[in-house]
Amino acid sequence: MKAVVTVIGKDTVGILAKISTICAKHKANVMDVTQTIMQDLFAMIMLVDITELDIDFLVLSDELSAAGEKMGLSVHVMREDIFNSMHRI
Amino acid sequence: MHNVKDILETIRMIQDEHLDIRTITMGISLLDCIDEDINKACDKVYEKIVRKASNLVKVGEDIEKQYDIPIINKRISVTPIAMIAAATGKSPVKFAKALQRAADTCGVNFIGGYSALVQKGFSAGDLALIESIPEALSVTENICSSVNIGSTKAGINMDAVALMGRIVKQSAELTADRDCIGCAKLVVFCNAPEDNPFMAGAFHGVGEPDCVINVGVSGPGVVRSAIAKYPNADITEIADVIKKTAFKITRMGQLVGVEASERLGVPFGIVDLSLAPTPAVGDSVAYILEEIGLETCGTHGTTAALALLNDAVKKGGVMASSHVGGLSGAFIPVSEDAGMIAAVEQGALSLEKLEAMTAVCSVGLDMIVVPGDIEAETISAIIADEAAIGMVNSKTTAVRLIPAIGKEVGDRLEFGGLLGAGPVMNINTKSSAKMINRGGRIPAPLQSLKN
Repeated sequence: MKAVVTVIGKDTVGILAKISTICAKHKANVMDVTQTIMQDLFAMIMLVDITELDIDFLVLSDELSAAGEKMGLSVHVMREDIFNSMHRI
Repeated sequence: MHNVKDILETIRMIQDEHLDIRTITMGISLLDCIDEDINKACDKVYEKIVRKASNLVKVGEDIEKQYDIPIINKRISVTPIAMIAAATGKSPVKFAKALQRAADTCGVNFIGGYSALVQKGFSAGDLALIESIPEALSVTENICSSVNIGSTKAGINMDAVALMGRIVKQSAELTADRDCIGCAKLVVFCNAPEDNPFMAGAFHGVGEPDCVINVGVSGPGVVRSAIAKYPNADITEIADVIKKTAFKITRMGQLVGVEASERLGVPFGIVDLSLAPTPAVGDSVAYILEEIGLETCGTHGTTAALALLNDAVKKGGVMASSHVGGLSGAFIPVSEDAGMIAAVEQGALSLEKLEAMTAVCSVGLDMIVVPGDIEAETISAIIADEAAIGMVNSKTTAVRLIPAIGKEVGDRLEFGGLLGAGPVMNINTKSSAKMINRGGRIPAPLQSLKN
């Protein structure tokens, strides 16, 4: 099962490192990362395999959100199927 | 890897444009709770609802967090109570109180179904239920009521129409100290759908399974933002933009509905892909119509724009869901839509225009505040007009009218929350009493002879 972690905000040093560390700590495997600047908003999107996640999904979500908040970023963690279903026929 | 633009679009839709699941509604049949003894019946009703729905709110909250999608309401709809109470021969207000207790225990914010279906006439239990509506709505907080007074197949029950005019007025009077909120929880229908997840008209129809999950999505803000990106597109392109946006919105509803149904162990019913506004800024259907190109909602062209919107929403949504049902179209509840309220206050949107709009959208005259001294017969006549539009056009129409007791044009009622606020609208004060007092039935139109 995969989740999509989206980080949006002002580009700051260490975002990728911080988020990846939390994922690694809980056995979430980062499969893909994309970064883009859209109208001076920085957006980083990670596809994460949470099959081996050692905590509850909602706990991971809260931890990542909290980490993002400390850096002034908004972090969304969503299960992958929402994107599969909304954007494909 | 997922398309970055898609992901950011989804997040923007949810965060900035008010995309949400408006409601997950569990429909529960109470047919097996029928009992001659009213106390036993009420206990069975309470027990069954709690047994089926005790996890509904929690599952809704879990799904909310896992998909980061707001699920604004968790609600319940039940078999029309008139059918359940008929065997008792007593006033069914006790059932309303049992439903209220069940709502409190389950934590849902509305239970709909304090209802009667009388399109062709009154059966045992119907009259008692209808006459108890004003009391039931004033002694409970979270119960919604509806009465179906007409259909394309049956015609219009004008006796029921006459009665409902008085019932609406009484419901306003009994809750006059609370901004007449009783009337905000009462809908009079023609061609009522049996699987509508939205309040106040939700009830669990007789052909439905024992228990079912229906989802109501919404997202007028999303549609408006999508259109705003195409200031120079022609109408065909605008229709296309609306269709594609409706597809995405409905897909989200489908996803959530299927998830909820799996986790609750209850069959998935339908997605109702209605664009339902809220008073929040940016969440207005009227603004979509204005984005299509009208200075203010209510001016000439509004009916055409709404017809375009309603149809495009349905076309986009139908592909996205395995089962579409309920009302599925665009809602125009005046008090719940910031753009509508503004249009009324500017004098740009009249009751007559709203009536025309109901011929092309999915609900009727909804959340409309009228002067408190309105005659019951006038309320009935407004209901009859709406019912005629629904009956002849084979569509659902409804009236949720709120007489503002003690107030007149220029005043306002404030309901708060999702119900918003309503400016008192002008009505035609010439009398309709003679026609309404005749009673009887308007025969079913030729369209009913489809066999």
